[in-house]
Amino acid sequence: MTNDSYEIWHKAFERSTLRDSTFATMSGIELNPVYGPHDGEFPGLFPYTRGPHASMYRSKLWTMRMFAGFGLATDTNERFKEIIRSGGDGLSTAFDMPTLLGLDSDDVMALGEVGRCGVAIDSLADMTDLYAGIDLSRTTTSMTINSPAAVIFAMFIAQAEASGVPRARLGGTLQNDILKEYQAQKEFVFPPRPSMRLVRDTMAFTASQMPKWNSISVSGYHIREAGSTAVEELAFTLANGFAYVELARGAGLEPDEVAPRLSFFFNAHIDFFEEIAKYRAARQLWATWMRDHYGATNPKSHQLRFHTQTAGVSLTATQPEVNIVRTAIEALAGVLGGTQSLHTNSMDEALALPTEKAARIALRTQQVLAYETGVANVADPLGGSDFVESLTTEMARQAEEIFAEVLAMGEGSMLEGVINGIESNYFQGKIADSAYVLERSFNKGLRVVVGANRFLEGNEDTDLETLLITQSDERKQVERLAEVRRSRDDGAVRRSLKRLATEAADPEVNLMPALIDAAANYVTVGETMATLAGSFGRYVESVSI
Amino acid sequence: MTIRVLVAKVGLDGHDRGIKVVARTLRDAGMEVVYTGLFQTPETVAVAAIQEDVDVVGLSMLSGAHLTLVPLVVQALRARGSDIPVVVGGIVPPSDVAVLMAAGVAGVLGPGASGDSVISTITQAATTG
Repeated sequence: MTNDSYEIWHKAFERSTLRDSTFATMSGIELNPVYGPHDGEFPGLFPYTRGPHASMYRSKLWTMRMFAGFGLATDTNERFKEIIRSGGDGLSTAFDMPTLLGLDSDDVMALGEVGRCGVAIDSLADMTDLYAGIDLSRTTTSMTINSPAAVIFAMFIAQAEASGVPRARLGGTLQNDILKEYQAQKEFVFPPRPSMRLVRDTMAFTASQMPKWNSISVSGYHIREAGSTAVEELAFTLANGFAYVELARGAGLEPDEVAPRLSFFFNAHIDFFEEIAKYRAARQLWATWMRDHYGATNPKSHQLRFHTQTAGVSLTATQPEVNIVRTAIEALAGVLGGTQSLHTNSMDEALALPTEKAARIALRTQQVLAYETGVANVADPLGGSDFVESLTTEMARQAEEIFAEVLAMGEGSMLEGVINGIESNYFQGKIADSAYVLERSFNKGLRVVVGANRFLEGNEDTDLETLLITQSDERKQVERLAEVRRSRDDGAVRRSLKRLATEAADPEVNLMPALIDAAANYVTVGETMATLAGSFGRYVESVSI
Repeated sequence: MTIRVLVAKVGLDGHDRGIKVVARTLRDAGMEVVYTGLFQTPETVAVAAIQEDVDVVGLSMLSGAHLTLVPLVVQALRARGSDIPVVVGGIVPPSDVAVLMAAGVAGVLGPGASGDSVISTITQAATTG
């Protein structure tokens, strides 16, 4: 087995196409693609603890995928083009709160929120502006949207096809991870079960029609930001991933048909080695469970691929320039953990949405890591360290304990266990408990945060310029929406909504075709979601502290 | 006398880590804490604050809507003849603090505010407000 593993890895490495780079130190010492005892594991080989690919960053650096979105679609479109000009190679769209909750910009609840935390999207007209002049057959896009994910996805497909790019050529990721919304992020609309029907529909639709599209980005990021520990982030996220696999299986899709199109999204927090061990444990656990519990045989079903974002909660509002250092260290953990793509936060994000300059520094941080430091030369450079290996093993062990709890809540079903856990406040309670434990340790000074509870000299310096989003953006967007409503074909809108209402009432129907039809007829996000709510109902969280 | 506090999320923002930590911090400091849950409007907050007869309202904001929504909460309370003080916590740029204070807010707690400063700001608002 020992030499076999090495031989299999070596052959896979030899078959890989490599980047044009020297892969040597500054002194000229040639570096191996991977180090470690030859009786150990190798990248690109089951259980993929050391990485999903044999050659890792020697073939392809991680994608520098910067999350952006604010104001009107035209504003965000300009920021996207600036990201592409600056050398960012993937786009990631942040939507504003009304869009995340499936409300139009003229909804009474949207007051003050339009274009604030992301871009305002009401209809196909906005979606067209958002990606104008960007070649969607070449640039992959990620959309951070969950409750209305199927609706926004349909709008995205409609605009791409209207601009001449067939859906089969579209590459990217829909976040579409509704389970973590109930657990952590709390941007929910429908109750869990009808929401899961929409997830099922997008999974089935992409499996049959969009081979390059990742149907779900199973997200631990928000679980961690909401206050969980690293182990809870790891375990809850993978449990959600298993739940989606079981959901698809219930709809007649085999794990091997859907698992290769699931990607993951983890946090990179400030505890450097724990984060690296977390990514390694995640790959190992996913591979093992997909093979042993779900019978997946396609290696792509076993290989966990993930996006990383540095930890927003680790940033401080005081001495914000220090956040550049935190972000760099967190980003390095993501890279040493073998991430496939990375977003680095900007120094000003504890104060407001980032300015263009702050966002550029964040991207430059990734470029320094990729092109100056040499950390991309060797796969899993910390593999084989007793410390990192034992931390990896311990995190996996603790995650298994949590899997057992969730399985018990579902009487053997991870899907039922996760939904029952949401309904019984299991996840939300654990996350709130962990957040409070951490907060108390900050307050007691047991954990130091520079500029927050120690080393406060300089805190009075508050001259950092922050991004201003004015009320006029909201008015402009509301006017734009009124114009869309005036100029569209009302008969087509009525027909689309009627079809949607009929099909929503039949849980056997896949709603994606009706949603694409509605989007193409300029039915708004709010109108579509309200129609779906007619069948699905709305979710109200039970209040707990 | 025990201080009673209503903590609330107005608007569409679902980030509730901060408000839960603050609620537990105040409760552990001996206060009585009522949490509204998510997605409240200025009116629902004002009505709940008056019904619950609280000494202070604490609003948790992240989404950037504070300049719009916070003054509306203050107005909704005053329109109902209530002088309950309002304290804001969350992602508030330093330049907005004066604007909020001018709108009648009793205190602003920025990101990174310690548990002690949360307790003292709420206590001060309750006793002077």
